[in-house]
Amino acid sequence: MAKPATAPVGAFFANWRQNIIYIGFAVIFVVFALTLNDKGFLNPNNLLNIVRQTAMIAVMAVAMTFVLSAGEIDLSVGAVAGLATVTVAMAISVAGPLGGILAGLATGLAVGMFNGWLTTKIGIPSFLTTLAMMGIAKGVAMWISDTAAVPILSPAYSWVFGGGSVGPIPVLLFWMAVLGGIGHVALRRSGFGRRVLATGGGETAARYSGIDTAAIKFRVLVLSSCAASLAGMLYAGRLQSGRFQLGEGDELSVIAAAVLGGTSLFGGKGTVIGTIVGALMIGLINNALILMGLEFSQQLIARGGIIILAVALSQKKG
Amino acid sequence: MTAPAPVAVRMTGISKSFGGIRALDNVDFEVHAGEVHALLGGNGAGKSTILKVLNGVHVPDEGKIFVGGEPLATHTPEASRAAGIAMNFQEMSLIPTLTVAQNIFLTREARDARGMIDDADSIRRAQALFDMLQVQVDPKALVGDLGAGQKQLTEIAKAISQKARVLILDEPSTALSVSDVDRLFTFLRQLKSEGVAIIYVSHRMDEIARIADRATILRDGRHVITAPLADLPIDVMIEHIVGKRSKGLADVARGDVVRGEVLLELSGVTGPHKPENVSFALHRGEVLGLAGLLGSGRSALARVIAGVEPAVAGDIRIKGQKVAIRRPADAIAHHIALVPEARATQGIIPAHSVADNMVMSVIGRISARGIVDRAQVRAVADAMIQRLSIKTASRDHAVSTLSGGNQQKVVIGKWLATEPEILILDEPTAGIDIGSKSEIIRLVRDLAQSGKAVIVISSELSELLTACDRILVMADGRAHQMLDRADLDDPANTDPEHALQAAERRLQIEIQNALSIKEANHG
Repeated sequence: MAKPATAPVGAFFANWRQNIIYIGFAVIFVVFALTLNDKGFLNPNNLLNIVRQTAMIAVMAVAMTFVLSAGEIDLSVGAVAGLATVTVAMAISVAGPLGGILAGLATGLAVGMFNGWLTTKIGIPSFLTTLAMMGIAKGVAMWISDTAAVPILSPAYSWVFGGGSVGPIPVLLFWMAVLGGIGHVALRRSGFGRRVLATGGGETAARYSGIDTAAIKFRVLVLSSCAASLAGMLYAGRLQSGRFQLGEGDELSVIAAAVLGGTSLFGGKGTVIGTIVGALMIGLINNALILMGLEFSQQLIARGGIIILAVALSQKKG
Repeated sequence: MTAPAPVAVRMTGISKSFGGIRALDNVDFEVHAGEVHALLGGNGAGKSTILKVLNGVHVPDEGKIFVGGEPLATHTPEASRAAGIAMNFQEMSLIPTLTVAQNIFLTREARDARGMIDDADSIRRAQALFDMLQVQVDPKALVGDLGAGQKQLTEIAKAISQKARVLILDEPSTALSVSDVDRLFTFLRQLKSEGVAIIYVSHRMDEIARIADRATILRDGRHVITAPLADLPIDVMIEHIVGKRSKGLADVARGDVVRGEVLLELSGVTGPHKPENVSFALHRGEVLGLAGLLGSGRSALARVIAGVEPAVAGDIRIKGQKVAIRRPADAIAHHIALVPEARATQGIIPAHSVADNMVMSVIGRISARGIVDRAQVRAVADAMIQRLSIKTASRDHAVSTLSGGNQQKVVIGKWLATEPEILILDEPTAGIDIGSKSEIIRLVRDLAQSGKAVIVISSELSELLTACDRILVMADGRAHQMLDRADLDDPANTDPEHALQAAERRLQIEIQNALSIKEANHG
């Protein structure tokens, strides 16, 4: 079927509801650029700051895209990130940077496998499993750290995980770009990604087609916790310490980023690129509201309103 | 017939029970390579059970399966697929959020050099399949956006794409247009000439007569006959399908109808999809049956009358007054009640108590200042439990603890609580044991006798014949013929059980006739 060369552009606008995130991102960016230029919005430093503040959310949101696409949810990501900052910082102080990295990944793996086991073998909905895990992870982090910040004294670790930059470009941008790229290809093109979308799109049909849907759900929950622990490692590196409060409440921004980007809360539909843009858009809005000089209370209201507007526009009617 | 064709599938002595009920009893089934083999039988005859055994979904209690001469050692869907068996599942195997091509090749996608899924290749191969079938389906469309016919073609393409040696098609044509069925048949003949064994399940005798070489008929879980189609004219087929089974329905007395005034009158009523231009009059005190196959528009007609899918054309009159039924509340206000088809999702809230379910549609009436009057709840529930003799430990037990028959009575009770004058029952006995079935039929008769007008939809013809005074035969959304129940009886036949079967055969023939008239109109 030969199509005119302009067809992709036409299709982009024909499906504008699906692509609202990209249009919205562009519109918001232009509006802020015009109105906040005198306050330094377009200053490269400010733009890179947005990236720094968004990277952790974006890393977790990439994995959340898989979780939501499989028809599940993970509310524990923020707390797991906080727990990982503590375990990483403590492990570094006794076993050095490598030990810290291993401890961080082990934290994510352990929590994820526990979440997956409870959800697929015991049959507790992931909403409840991860809601409970949110409290457990935070409690453990407070307990083992005595609610105190644990300093990280390894400059190498801090450089790689969040603090460093290559020339003007922060290392965090590389993390975000690399994980986003891998996630995008994995969801779109890999057998695993297709099975994830099939599981969330119609579980019975997926089973009839020979897909082990329980294994898929287990794996997305492990993936999500590992991404959360990586985000925790980035927080720890950037702030050179581990504290249980880091990542607190991030689960809402993470889910909002994925949904803004066009991932369905009901499964079967997801896009990693959309999620990354969704995360950047949230960062953009936060940044602009601060530059506008709004008070925190006003920021909360404005942010909520913009998110509702964007999601409402992306809904198919009827 | 030339030299005997090699045997593609041989199933011997297959038995399978579910919770003490024998779904298959020592059944033999054999299909040759290069033939289309029709599998026939009424509801509950064991067709889908034997297909699920062959397909590896069910493990047989007894018996052996040979595919291409090789015994099937394990009974799993994977083992059957590996042995070269493919089947279209009626609606279960498509994922609405994936595209047509992605669905067809799900878990069997081509990979590129880097091990990534090559969707372009799936699209090409799906297009090739549809070209081969000569049908129009867009491989890039989302399955969720497709109509029923296109979904069915996708299911068929998915089964065909497995290049199976044995292809099972379970009711593949219910949503297809006449021309698509023709093209499917052309393609099946081609597969047949390539030596594929095709097992074809359909309730449409005209299709069977056109495509099948041989047929096997099952009844009540037993093998009845396997014969070349030439030896099975339609009336003989129907006789074997209906058989001499007693459904325990013959003893339900129909009683004398006292037909009252016309309660409901439809003229030229057309729904959003179906039905098309349906007219009839329903009297107080009578039971009208709607007969026809799946997709004939029976349930759609019920939904139109009940306001679920409002009519787009035609008049509905109640007691001579023209009424507008735009939504279910309008129908309820006009004393119309629909007992829906899917009991578990549309009829009851299984985890709630019998009493709570019973008052669900009359909460407004039994509340005062926004507070539900619990004494009235108890009164309504107890009255219904007694009136319908519902077997439940108490009115406070969850409906899910009741048997299927009693659950259905709860649904009926719930609607009787609204004091309807016109009651529509859609497949009221589906999945209900035989004892409860005759109880529900008796209840329908009693309701009519007490002055209500009742419409019953059922795929079990013996039920329609037992319950109804008149039967409207439908096909393709149109009303085909209004039959008087008495005219289906053979006056010479006095044995009640035998008479029911004779009437069932006649009705079956009328339903098949309605289909062939539809073909003629289209052709």
